[in-house]
Amino acid sequence: MPLRLSGFDNSLLAGARGEGAAFAMRLIVRFAEAVGAEELLDIEAAHVDGCLYLGRASLDFVERLVALGARVVVPTTLNVGSVDLTNPASFRGDAETARAAERLMRAHIELGAEPTFTCAPYQTRFRPRFGAQIAWGESNAIIFANSVLGARTERYGDFIDLCCAIAGRAPAFGLHLSVNRRAHALVEIASTPPGWRAREIAVAVGHIVGRLGLPLPAIQGLPGATREDDLKALGAAAASSGALAMFHAIGLTPEAATQEAAFQGHASERIVRLDADALAEAAASLSTVAEGAPLAAVSLGTPHFSVAEFGELMPQLDGEPFRVGIWINTHRAVIAELEARGWRARLETAGVRLIVDACAYATRILPFDAGVLMTNSGKCAYYAPSNLRLGVAYGSLEACLASARVGQVVRP
Amino acid sequence: MILAVSLTPGEGEGAPLKLDEPLSFWAGLDPATGLVIDRWHAQAGASVAGRVLLMPGGRGSSSGSAALAEAIRLGNGPAAILLTRRDPIVIVGALVAAELYGAACPVALVEDFEALAGASRLRVRAEAGRAEVWVMG
Repeated sequence: MPLRLSGFDNSLLAGARGEGAAFAMRLIVRFAEAVGAEELLDIEAAHVDGCLYLGRASLDFVERLVALGARVVVPTTLNVGSVDLTNPASFRGDAETARAAERLMRAHIELGAEPTFTCAPYQTRFRPRFGAQIAWGESNAIIFANSVLGARTERYGDFIDLCCAIAGRAPAFGLHLSVNRRAHALVEIASTPPGWRAREIAVAVGHIVGRLGLPLPAIQGLPGATREDDLKALGAAAASSGALAMFHAIGLTPEAATQEAAFQGHASERIVRLDADALAEAAASLSTVAEGAPLAAVSLGTPHFSVAEFGELMPQLDGEPFRVGIWINTHRAVIAELEARGWRARLETAGVRLIVDACAYATRILPFDAGVLMTNSGKCAYYAPSNLRLGVAYGSLEACLASARVGQVVRP
Repeated sequence: MILAVSLTPGEGEGAPLKLDEPLSFWAGLDPATGLVIDRWHAQAGASVAGRVLLMPGGRGSSSGSAALAEAIRLGNGPAAILLTRRDPIVIVGALVAAELYGAACPVALVEDFEALAGASRLRVRAEAGRAEVWVMG
């Protein structure tokens, strides 16, 4: 079936709402044709992943839209940028790149987007409701919105997410449609390594289901203590190691109250059993260095650290001082909450450095170019070696903090 | 000549480079060099510049489009891309490069890479609706 456009779609194409909207709509139409959509649908929100400065092309695109007078027409959140606009001096790079990167972020604000600059827009006041049709970029946000919130988005990469925000329309395909949201593979967690907590299980399972390339897995057997931030870590790991845009966690996520609901009454096409050995092996594969390696820093908050995650960290700041810096990526709304609770001063006294508007693994903020970074994030562990050309050690939050205290990788 | 489905129009020619697994261009491709820099990837260290890229689809991050557009802008992008699965991130990256810079990196959909991966050169010609892949030797 060819793409059918509505009267509204055609009016945008014809320039009824300006040249910027027409340009955005042209790209949406070609994208929709390419993915085989039969029509477009209204969206109620967008999340734009175009603020990381990857070179001239990303800026040229947004400047074209600004010059054409485009504006977003739905609430539009922004993903991390390359520069912390609340502390631009933290950017390590030449002045020209810094200027272009800052301009890229401000140009998005000129288009009417909200300066959230976070990869966790689902933990801001813009959190989508169940069933909302949205056009989101950023792989961890996409998988969270679909899986944990039951909102509906496909994988919108840079450029097209912004086009959808400007048109208020997105192609009706893939995970926007109920029929495509059913599970196809069952992942059974048969056993877990002794002493592992919900977070470590979530990261290892996420890394494995991503690597296996399973189409929409339903995960059975996550611990009852699995929290929202654990599901966030699972999704982020799976969306890094694979193209996964949705999973079900049976009994935990809103479209998977039961196995039958997750599979929409169909049988599973594939069953994968994961045991303690498989999970331990997955966790080990996320490190490029051995136990005992000297540490340059600890990085937390990939995706952005939530208030609940800070709440878990705070009591663990007491004790021996940290020998290496602890860098935590988070966003403006969380910072406001940290200040309201009096936590920010305590964090900074303990040697924690907060990165806002940006992310340590995606831009040059960390003040060293060699050495080993330790993280409790599967996503950070996956990308740090190629992005930052650093060694990486993966471990639980407790292991990260213990390692920071002795200055080398330990897993007590 | 093999008929394919045209996803982004244009013409390109080069030696094939078959990726044995999907690749995320973001953090997987360095636009400044055209090299595959994802250490997990089977083709890590290979250059996509000027090649006809045979890839099953994208992978991981949803921000691959800008890296692809930037590689094309700098002349380090593939000459053409053949997919076996429609990957919107690849398609948008190539489309934007064409809109902003007039630089064509055709993208087309084929059934499989059987007759293509062993060729020494491929030419891809994609127009609205239809694409042709020529094995040049």
